[in-house]
Amino acid sequence: MNYNWNWRVLFEQSPTGEGSYLHLLLTGMQWTLATTGLVCVLAVLLGTAVGVARTLPFAAVRIAGRCYVEIFRNIPLIVQLFLWYFVLPELLPPDLARWVKQLPSASFWAAVIGIGLYMSARVAEQVRSGIESLPSGQSMAAKAVGFTIFQMYRHVLLPRAYRVIWPTLTTDLTNTVKATSVALTIGLSELTAQANAMQEFSFQVFEAFSAALAIYFVVNMAMLMAMRRVERYIAMPGYSGGR
Amino acid sequence: MISKFFGALTLAALALGTTQASGQNATSTLKKIAETGSITLSVRDNQLPFSYIDDNQKVMGYSLDLCNQVVGAIKIAVGLKAIDVKTQLVTAQTRIPLLANGTVDLDCSSVTNNAARQQQVAFSNTTFLTATTFAYKKQSGLKTITDLKGKTVVSIAGTNNIVQLNEANTKRDLGIRIVGAKTMAEAFLMLSTDRAVALVTDDILLASFIAASADADAYAISTDAFAPVEPYGLVMRRDDPEFKRVVDKALANYFATPAAIETYNKWFMKPIPPKNITLNFPMSAGLKKAFAKPTDSIDPAAY
Repeated sequence: MNYNWNWRVLFEQSPTGEGSYLHLLLTGMQWTLATTGLVCVLAVLLGTAVGVARTLPFAAVRIAGRCYVEIFRNIPLIVQLFLWYFVLPELLPPDLARWVKQLPSASFWAAVIGIGLYMSARVAEQVRSGIESLPSGQSMAAKAVGFTIFQMYRHVLLPRAYRVIWPTLTTDLTNTVKATSVALTIGLSELTAQANAMQEFSFQVFEAFSAALAIYFVVNMAMLMAMRRVERYIAMPGYSGGR
Repeated sequence: MISKFFGALTLAALALGTTQASGQNATSTLKKIAETGSITLSVRDNQLPFSYIDDNQKVMGYSLDLCNQVVGAIKIAVGLKAIDVKTQLVTAQTRIPLLANGTVDLDCSSVTNNAARQQQVAFSNTTFLTATTFAYKKQSGLKTITDLKGKTVVSIAGTNNIVQLNEANTKRDLGIRIVGAKTMAEAFLMLSTDRAVALVTDDILLASFIAASADADAYAISTDAFAPVEPYGLVMRRDDPEFKRVVDKALANYFATPAAIETYNKWFMKPIPPKNITLNFPMSAGLKKAFAKPTDSIDPAAY
């Protein structure tokens, strides 16, 4: 191995003129966190709606929910991002298309929507299995006391389902952090993209990617610990993890 | 527990760093070639016309032709009748690790020679000169850098070009909205779909994408440049002056022959595979000078 290790490169000025290489990576981390945050909101909201739809007693809604999940789950994420970023604007009227294309953070919003929908399909499957894992007596009891379908989901099924699926949702959260790196293909300057830029400028490949690795690790560990804390708090007695 | 883990990680990284640093100078590329009877050239699949793959999956290009001349000189230097020449496809991310660990001996693509990169690798005599300019659609009527004021302009993320664009933007207070695409193909797609009015990158890269596009006549390249010329060179491991001397000498000898000009014209002035496009990119005065007086200088004044 003939490699010139130089960890101090992290504190050297990057040619972008905005600060050190470490600063470059940290701004990348900010985009990674911002994307992850919005993706999670979108994924949980849409995922819950679709997951519920897949368990409703209406065949048409169930089929629609199934189609949604299969489409967004089975198309590779990178293809979905390309479709949102490059193909969708071409289908719009020319003036609107031009406006969309020249939005200042077009790649950020495309990433949020693209990754958000992809993750929502995964969350939907979990919500569905969480609801289906509950004993049928739960929904029967809710109906027996006169709850509407909305009330049944709102007060009985969803709160319990979420407590069941929380551990697997944690996995999806960490997957989301990693999935945001795909957004570099549509020009989002997130952490991996910045590590790429750093190695291109300085040729210090291993330092750039090691630093990115450490940052991903710290971010994911922090999220995992927060999720674990909530998990312990909400665990149901009698279910896995409960006392 | 966590802090202990990080302590261990840091220690491991430091240990790795020191052992590798002390292992430097251990490899002599010429000795390795003499012993194994083979040399591995790293190539790219999309750097037309320097190093690229045609429809038959054959690697070709201007840099490859130069490398073949260098291989001829290496053969003589190590005293072998024949060397097995292998090619290894690399990307921007794998190029340096593969060179460092000895998988690859010489990079035959198009790499800008600059001071920061010389901390990690060595560059041969300059083989080509490029300047950062922009491509635009003729109908948009943009010609100079000042015309880009307030417009959306695309460049390739993580390149020197986008840095120079940023600099010009701040210095001249142009208010350009700068978008970074990941690859040249994406950047050109952004220009052709009007997502951006101009594409800033190396002039030769612009020429090749315009020549390959469906409506080559619709585009033009600015004469206005963002920064002085940058030299391209072949890339070798650092701290192997013996190997660099052979490579530099081989290039210098070749540049002095008319065949070198022919090689240049073959790739830059005549139709090239796979689509028989013509780049129409005459040899610049700076490169003529670099051929007459070969140098590996990174000072723009040297050209």
